Amino acid sequence: MTKVTMSVNGTERSGEVEGRTLLSAFLRDTLGLTGTHVGCDTGQCGACTVHVDGKSVKSCNMFALEADGASVTTIEGMANDDGSLGVIQQAFQDHHGLQCGFCTPGMVMAAAALLKENPKPSEAEVRAWLSGNLCRCTGYHNIVKAILAASGQDVSKEFAA
Amino acid sequence: MYAFEFERPRTLDEAVAALADDDAQALAGGQTLIPTLRQRLAMPGKLVSLTAIDALRGLSASGGVLTIGAATTHAEVAQQTDYPALAKLAGGIGDPHVRNRGTIGGSIANNDPSACYPAGVLGSGATVVTNRREIAADDYFTGLFETALDEGEIITAVNFPIPDKAAYAKFDQPASRFALVGVFVSKGKDGVRVAVTGASEGGVFRWAEAEAALASDFSAGALEGLSVDPEGMIGDIHGGPDYRAHLIGVMTRRAVAAAG
Repeated sequence: MTKVTMSVNGTERSGEVEGRTLLSAFLRDTLGLTGTHVGCDTGQCGACTVHVDGKSVKSCNMFALEADGASVTTIEGMANDDGSLGVIQQAFQDHHGLQCGFCTPGMVMAAAALLKENPKPSEAEVRAWLSGNLCRCTGYHNIVKAILAASGQDVSKEFAA
Repeated sequence: MYAFEFERPRTLDEAVAALADDDAQALAGGQTLIPTLRQRLAMPGKLVSLTAIDALRGLSASGGVLTIGAATTHAEVAQQTDYPALAKLAGGIGDPHVRNRGTIGGSIANNDPSACYPAGVLGSGATVVTNRREIAADDYFTGLFETALDEGEIITAVNFPIPDKAAYAKFDQPASRFALVGVFVSKGKDGVRVAVTGASEGGVFRWAEAEAALASDFSAGALEGLSVDPEGMIGDIHGGPDYRAHLIGVMTRRAVAAAG
């Protein structure tokens, strides 16, 4: 076992891990941050998406020891300081961007990464960006709508459901 | 996943030493290797992560050559402006999260027959630089998941001569986002190159007949009447050898048209 230390949602966290411990397992099992979901465990579905040093990555496709010294943000770090939902989270609720909710943490983290890089994306850009995040409930329509709304764009007309 | 030791050296020398063990395996971005390990298709005794070595990261362009450090991510290559055709290729690999981890060195060390980078490297006439030598792209890709790399040899960078014209046309396999067929064409001072990925059972290859036709007339029309023999092409549930051979012609014409 090796000690790993990283900043998680602004707080320094440490734990003992094996070489093969995935970042997703460290976050969920060692730190108890179960908001990061493991859907497919093959790097396809994106439910485990978190940010490492500001970049979105699939945490089931990265070892915990590779994040040693890094700054990690998970879905638990997306709420406002007072505990209310962050802008993207609130948009997902307002626009029904989830049904079962399993993919939602990864979707929110993917959306946050997109909006940081591209603050006013087009619908096509949002859909292209979500190529690494699978949703089996919504058909994506309301997820795209929520992300466009979170970017401050008017979704009331062309996105009438 | 089987257990293994994990090392994360900070210098190339430390990495070379760590990889001297017979059962050591280099780990780049891990976007192929980690799923492979999880399926227990590989059992290294030790993984040596190469992503903490600063000397392997970053891009620089001078004298008409773009040098890309082996541990540079697809996302970083997608953002550079010195070689737009290569930026477009890198920006089309996998998905945004994969592109933030996957590296050029990892991709060409693995040499997946459907990966995009082998076409970009071979189609540009690039040079693969390792800790021991420089290898021309024509000598580097030796077969299905096979390269000229020796045991313990580490790719440090890839040097791309920036051509006058170039483009990559990829027919996506929509589930995996690998290339069902991808064609990279370039026209530079050393002539025309056409490199095809996704199609052959032998991995990436150059389409010599198309290169000859394009050398005298670099236009999609110059490719009329040319076809690829389906013999030796990949056949799977996504497409048969005939289909892939046909797509090579289609994607080559599209790439030439896009290169202008």
